[in-house]
Order: sequence, then C-alpha cells, then structure tokens
Amino acid sequence: MLGPRLIVVYSLLYLAVLFAIAYWADKRADQGRSVIASPLVYALSMAVYCTAWTYYGSVGRAAGTGVGFLPIYLGPTLIAMLWGTLLLKMVRVSKTQRITSIADFIASRYGKSQVLGGVVTVIAVLGVVPYIALQLKAISRSYTILQHYPDIPSRESLQNLPIMQDTTLYVALALAAFTILFGTRHLDASERHEGMVAAIAFESIVKLLAFLSVGIFVTYHIHDGFADLFDKASVAGVLTTHINFQTSDYETWYSLTILAALAVMLLPRQFQVAVVENSNERQIRRAMWVFPLYLLLINLFVIPIAIAGQIQFAGTGVDADTFVLTLPMAHAQEGLSLFAFIGGLSAATGMVIVETIALSTMVCNDLIMPGLLRRWTRLPPHVDFSRVLLAIRRSAIVVILLLGYLYFRVAGEAYALVSIGLISFSAVAQFAPAMIIGLYWRGGTYQGALAGLLAGFAIWIYTLLLPSFAKSGWLSADFLQHGPFGIELLRPQSLFGLSDLHEITHCLFWSMVFNIGAYLLFSLRRESTINEATQATLFVDVLKREAPSGVPLWRGKAEVKELISLAERFLGAQSARKAFELYAASRGAPNVEQLPADAATVHFAETLLAGAIGSASARVMVASTTAEEPLGLDEVLNILDEASQIRAYSRELERKSSELEAAGRELKVANEQLKELDRIKDDFMSSVTHELRTPLASIRAFSEILADDPEIELQQRKKFLDIIVTETERLTRLVNQVLDLAKIESGHANWRIEQVDLGELIGVGCEVNARLFSERGVRLIVELPEVTCTVSADRDRLMQVLVNLLSNAAKFAPENTGEVRVRLRRDGEILRVSVRDNGPGVPFEDQQDIFEKFRQGSSSSERPVGTGLGLPISRRIIEYFGGRIQVQSRPGHGAVFTFELPAMDGG
Amino acid sequence: MHRSLLLRQRMIGLFLLGVLLLYSPLLSVFDTNEELLGLPVIYIYLFSTWVALIALIAWFVERGRT
Repeated sequence: MLGPRLIVVYSLLYLAVLFAIAYWADKRADQGRSVIASPLVYALSMAVYCTAWTYYGSVGRAAGTGVGFLPIYLGPTLIAMLWGTLLLKMVRVSKTQRITSIADFIASRYGKSQVLGGVVTVIAVLGVVPYIALQLKAISRSYTILQHYPDIPSRESLQNLPIMQDTTLYVALALAAFTILFGTRHLDASERHEGMVAAIAFESIVKLLAFLSVGIFVTYHIHDGFADLFDKASVAGVLTTHINFQTSDYETWYSLTILAALAVMLLPRQFQVAVVENSNERQIRRAMWVFPLYLLLINLFVIPIAIAGQIQFAGTGVDADTFVLTLPMAHAQEGLSLFAFIGGLSAATGMVIVETIALSTMVCNDLIMPGLLRRWTRLPPHVDFSRVLLAIRRSAIVVILLLGYLYFRVAGEAYALVSIGLISFSAVAQFAPAMIIGLYWRGGTYQGALAGLLAGFAIWIYTLLLPSFAKSGWLSADFLQHGPFGIELLRPQSLFGLSDLHEITHCLFWSMVFNIGAYLLFSLRRESTINEATQATLFVDVLKREAPSGVPLWRGKAEVKELISLAERFLGAQSARKAFELYAASRGAPNVEQLPADAATVHFAETLLAGAIGSASARVMVASTTAEEPLGLDEVLNILDEASQIRAYSRELERKSSELEAAGRELKVANEQLKELDRIKDDFMSSVTHELRTPLASIRAFSEILADDPEIELQQRKKFLDIIVTETERLTRLVNQVLDLAKIESGHANWRIEQVDLGELIGVGCEVNARLFSERGVRLIVELPEVTCTVSADRDRLMQVLVNLLSNAAKFAPENTGEVRVRLRRDGEILRVSVRDNGPGVPFEDQQDIFEKFRQGSSSSERPVGTGLGLPISRRIIEYFGGRIQVQSRPGHGAVFTFELPAMDGG
Repeated sequence: MHRSLLLRQRMIGLFLLGVLLLYSPLLSVFDTNEELLGLPVIYIYLFSTWVALIALIAWFVERGRT
C-alpha cells in the first residue's frame, strides 16, 4: 500500500539512481570513453524540453482545446529542420569562444559587453522562474495526490495549505540540494557536465516510458482503442475536435508554434544541452529527427488520456492536469500510479536540474562576477577564486529555486500548468532578435541589442507578468480592466486598443514589435565599433570555409607568467597549468615559459578564462594584467573599418591574381611545347628528305649509267637493275611507314580490336621470319608459358611490332653465332614479351632516343639497314593498347626489347 | 562541404513544406467534423503529416551518411 513515506523513499531511490548514472558517466568521461558522445544520448538530453508541463499539462490543455496543445511540439519539429545551419552556427561559435551560456553568447556577439550579459541573465532568471514554479507545483501536487491513494482528491481540497504543510517548499529545497550535488561538484573550464547529460537522457527515457505506459493502459485496457475513445468522446461531448477558424484558436495555433520554436533554442536549459554540452557537431544531424520523433511519441496518447479522464471524472472536479496520475489511481493500479508519478518526477527534476545549473552559471559569470571584479580593481591576494565561483553558483541555485517557490505561492494557483509555461516561453523569446538576427546580420550593435531586449522585456512584464499577479489578487484587478490610472489605451492585455487577442499572442506581438523595432532602430543609428565588428564577423562568418581565427587585433605588453597565474586563480593551479601546456605544445613552444607573449597567447588566456567566468569578465581580467596599447584611430580604421569587405576584396584579388599566374604558366608551357613540336617537325622533314634522297640518288645514278652506256655487260646491267629495284622497294617502304606513322599519330588509323592469343602470335611471327634467321645462321629460341595469354588488340598491328623486333634482332645478331630468345611471361595483370639478342647492344645514350623518329643508331659507326621508323611505329602501337615498350642493353652484351600489355581477365 | 550545403537547402525546403501543410489555409480543409476510421480527420491529418515530416528529415539526414 502506497503511503507518504513509501513515496518519498521511492522518489529518493530514483534520485539515487540518477546520481549513480551521473557518477558513472563522469567516470567514463575521465577515462576518455564518453557515453554522451552518442548522437542518441544528445537527442535524448534535448528532450529535457518535455517537462512536467508536457507530462501533465498537455493533457490538461488537450482537455480544453483538443489538438491545441500540438503547436508546442510542432514548432520545435519545424525549427529542428533548420538546425543544420542555426544550431550548427551556435555550437561552433560557442566552441571557438568557450561560450557557456546564452547570456555569454549574446554579450559576446555584441562586443563582450558586461551590461548585456547582465540584462540577459536578469531576463532569463525572471522569465524562467515561473517555469520552475510550475515544476515545483507539479511535483508537490502529484505527491499530494498520490498520498491519498486510492482516493482521488478534488482540486479544492488541495488548495490553500499552510506553509509548513506545503510540500512545495521541501521539494524546492530538496531539488536545490540535489542540483548542487549534481552540477557544481567541481569547476570545469568548459562548463560541460557529462554526468548530468547522461542522467538527463536517462530521465527522458523514464518519462517517455511512463507516459506511454499510462497511455497504453488507458487506451487499450480501460477502453478499446482510439476509435472507441473518440466514439465515447463524441457521445459525452467532451472533446473539441477542431481548431475553429472563427475563434482565436488559429492565432494561438500560430503564436504557440512561434514561441515553442524559439523556446526550444533559447531556453537556458535547451542552450545548455544543445550547445554547451554538445561534444560533436555531427550529433546535431541525428538529433534533427530523433528529437522530433521523441516529441511525437510522448504526445501520441495525450488526447486519449484527456478523453478518458473527462469521461472518468465527469463532474468530480478532478483537475485535467492530473489525469496522467489519477486515471491509473482510479483503476487501482498501484504500480502504474507509482510509475506515472516517477515519470512526472523525472520530467520535473530534469528540467529543474539543467535549468538551474544553466541559470546559476549565468548569474555567476554575467551578473555577480562582473560586479565583484569591478569592485576589486586589483585581485585580492590569497583568495582561491575557483572556490568563490562554486560558492556563488551554489547560492544562485538555492535562490533561483526559492524564487520559483515564491512565484508558486504568489501566482501559481491561478493558472493551469500550460499558461505558466507559456509565460516563460514569451520571456525567453525576447532573446530571439539579438540571438538569431545577430547570427546572420553583421549590422546589429550593442545598443540595438540592449534596447531591443529591454523594450521586449518591459512589454513582457507589462502584458504578461503583472496581469498574472493581478489575476491571483496580488495586484488590483482595476489595473487589468481599466488600465493604469484609468487610461484605457494602456490596458495591459489590450495594449493600444489591440483587444480580442489571446494574452500570449498579444504579448508576443507587441513584445516583438518593440523588441525588433528597437533592435533595428538603434543598430542602424551608428556604425559598429571595432569590438562589435570583430565579434559580429566571428559569429556571422563562423561556417565560412575561411572562418575568422578569432584572434583579435591586439597590441601591447603581456607577461605569460601573469596570464598563467591569473588563470590559476580561477581554474585551479592544475587545470590551468595543463591547459597552458597543451596550448604551448600546439604553438610548438618547448614549454610554457617560452610561449611568445603575443596577441594569440593573450587571446587564448582570455577564452580559457571565458569558460569559467564569462567572456565579458574574462576580457576585463585579462586587460587588467596586460598593458594593451590602444591602436590609433587611423590604424584601426585602416585595418578594421569594413574589415570584412576589405578582406573579401583582397581574397578575391588574391584568387584572381593566382588564377592569372596559373594561366600564364600554362601558356608558357604550351608555348614551349609548340616550339618543341615545330622543331621536331623540322627535324622530321629534314630526316625524311634525307632518307628519301639517299635511295633516290643511287637509283638516279645507276639509271643514268644504264641510260648513258648501252654497251654495258648484261651481268653488270642486271646487278645495277637489282640495286635500283632494292632501292625502290626501300623507298616504297619508307613512304609507307611515314604514311603509317602519320596516320597513327593523327588518330586516323583503323584499329580492329579483338582477342589476340600472344603465344600463337609469337609462333606465327617466328615462322614468318624463319628464313631471315636461317639465312644469317641465327638460332631462334622461343619460350612460351603453358597457359594461354590473351590481350585485347589489333592482331595485324601487334604482328607488325613483333616482326619489327624479330627482324631487328636478326639483323643485329652476329652471323652464325647469333642467338635470339623470344619469351612470353605473365606477371599478374601484365603480359610481357621480350626479344633478346646477343648483338652489339644499344649505347646508353641512345636507349631513350631509339624509339624516336629517325633516331636509329645514327651515332653508331655502321649504319644499319632499315628506315628508322620501325621502333617509333611499334611504340605508338603498343601505347595505343595501353602498354609500353622499352629496351635494356649493356653495350657489347646484346639488347632486350620488351613490350608489356595488360592481360585480359581470365586470359 | 557541397553535400552538407545540399542537405541544408533540402531542410529549408522541408521546413517550407511543413509550414504549408500545418500553417496555411490548407489546414482548414481537414478541420471538419468528419471522421475517418473512427477518428476525427484533423487528428489523423496532423499526426500523419507530423510523422511524414519526421520520416523525411530522417531520410535526408541519414542518406547523406556513409
């Protein structure tokens, strides 16, 4: 039987499990085996978006408005599609600048302004306090209800408890203690909490499973599926099934979507899990669909539960916000009721833990530290600042939770869960212009951001916060109905006569008009300062391929030693030392002492500190230990005014000039090639004419002898005629080969590609040349492998190459003692045919040229027979088939001509 | 680089599709009292559109991986 004590025991057990998970994840992180590196864990941690508000409140809203609760989840689904640019930008900026909170982010964007960081922090704290109150309310309410198990208390019986009996206060204090244990055990320079993220991901699983369990129980156990429930709903008339265009439903549909889409990026806890705790940019992509899928799943049974609850508790005054818990209770499901309670607890604790940790970081870094640092112009000696920082954060957590409790006492009872949540959403939406426009538009300035934030925040207070107090009786209702001092035009919820809007839409509209209006107006009043321009570029261009390095223009004197001791004060000696050693190694300095005290080092120290105390304070601190020489106005203008354009121009110019250079180089090369070709052509022409003239000369000489002297002897005459015929044949062959070569080179040759068996080819080739060999008494040895070696080539052309090599070998081998060895080998994918002779060989200097036109051993004493075109033609042919031909020779020891061809598969 | 740019642009396209399906007068077409398979049409329309959008995101995102 569940009783108060048992519920507390189970709750504490659950928190202990959470703590164990966090502890385990921290340990794993220390061992370098991070559990939160998984994109799934990242997406689940984002589901901290679903708080007790989702868990209990969605059903409440669905009971009132049907599908009207959906925009809160459709908005994030839509915005998630843009995370590939929006969130990626935020993550990358934050990583490069060690930004640890949304206040820091906005302050950094507009020139690291302390004032801006402080304003954002105040807005965040005041805006989120109602939301925390909501979680406290949910926990204490669900606890009180479950205490009565199996009876179900009505709404009235739960109200107006005296302070000491009100469990909310104890819940707040317990959560504060738990959060302190959880998030501020030690100080981390990058403000990342691996353990916390793992625990939050676990909580996301718990609340999803709990909600689905209740949903399935209600839909399929109590009732008979979705269709049955809707049937009963229409009979009982308990569910609005449409969004009705005529009423304000539609504008709420839009405004809730916009609010939710902004909140999922801008709520401090969402910024914490999505940006600060992100350990790898690639996680974002998976989260783009896993997170919306989570939202879908947790909302699947909202309407069934809302219908079932309204049927079950018709007329009993049970609050629809509690159906998730009261339905299992009404059916005496003890275990399920407890699970439902734990699910709600996990939703609420997850939110409170992350939100207060995020807020405490902001309060410490952007509100308290700047104040302290301003008071201490010189750091008081012997103070360990890492302890001070921790103390500030812990106190901030307690204060924030107590503020939440206070709001709960003041206004909490007057509102349903959903309305409280929306008040917070509207507050953080005020960050949107400064954040999102600032990420894409360089022109936003510090004054613009400040004016926008203040204007939007003022409208929020006036149109939402004060009315929420008025509705709970803390302010006079006159103020709501007739406006301040009876000025009707200023009625908070129909400002400037704009009535008939839902209060949330009304606030969203006016606050955005004033916020964006002031942001643009003040941004456009003057040019950006140096700081703003530098920071704007760092944010806007962060995804560019040549992203700015982040090292600012800085000139001055700095002592590395002082920078280190400054970092040690805030981070603790060990971790500061370690960070500087890593940095020294990355700069290539042998040790920390030899780091150059330049702009980059100062910048490093500043970002390191920014992780612990916020960017604005870090800038102040670093400036206090370094003697920065202000750059002269002219210098700065020269360098930085329109810095980005100048850089873009110069980059463009650089690109163009390098393109020109490249083109010039190419032209030069082409020109050289042309000249060379021209020279080769001249050589070729003179070689050809020379080669033609020799046989022509002898033909002409012998013909003239024959013509002039009819008395010549018959035998002599026959000899001369033989010479003429031989020379004519040589001439014909030469002309044919020139034509052949020209054809091959110009690409006009006809190739008949087929499968050629190289072994068979060699056999035929040897037979054809057999007479030549036997005439000269040269021995011909053929070595063929046993397997068939096939290539894809033109058979006749290949034969031409082989015959050329064979006849050359026959010609050069010494008569009678000559020996020519033809060998075919397979070498993997390569087939190699070699023809080896034992002739005089080819001199080294000729081995390259021998395959060029008319380069036959012109230097050798004995002019060989042949045209000098055989080898060049052979080379063209072999190269055409994708092979190569070469010669190896040691003069006096013969020559080996080898050609290689790629083997056909399976050959 | 090029592929991630393509993905970004696909996502913007998908975003516009989502806005069209869920936030345009198209919605009113399904905003009737009629029922389909025993469920209100608007309920079916909203949830199935939601599922389809998520499936498309997942398809685009995961297809780009190696």
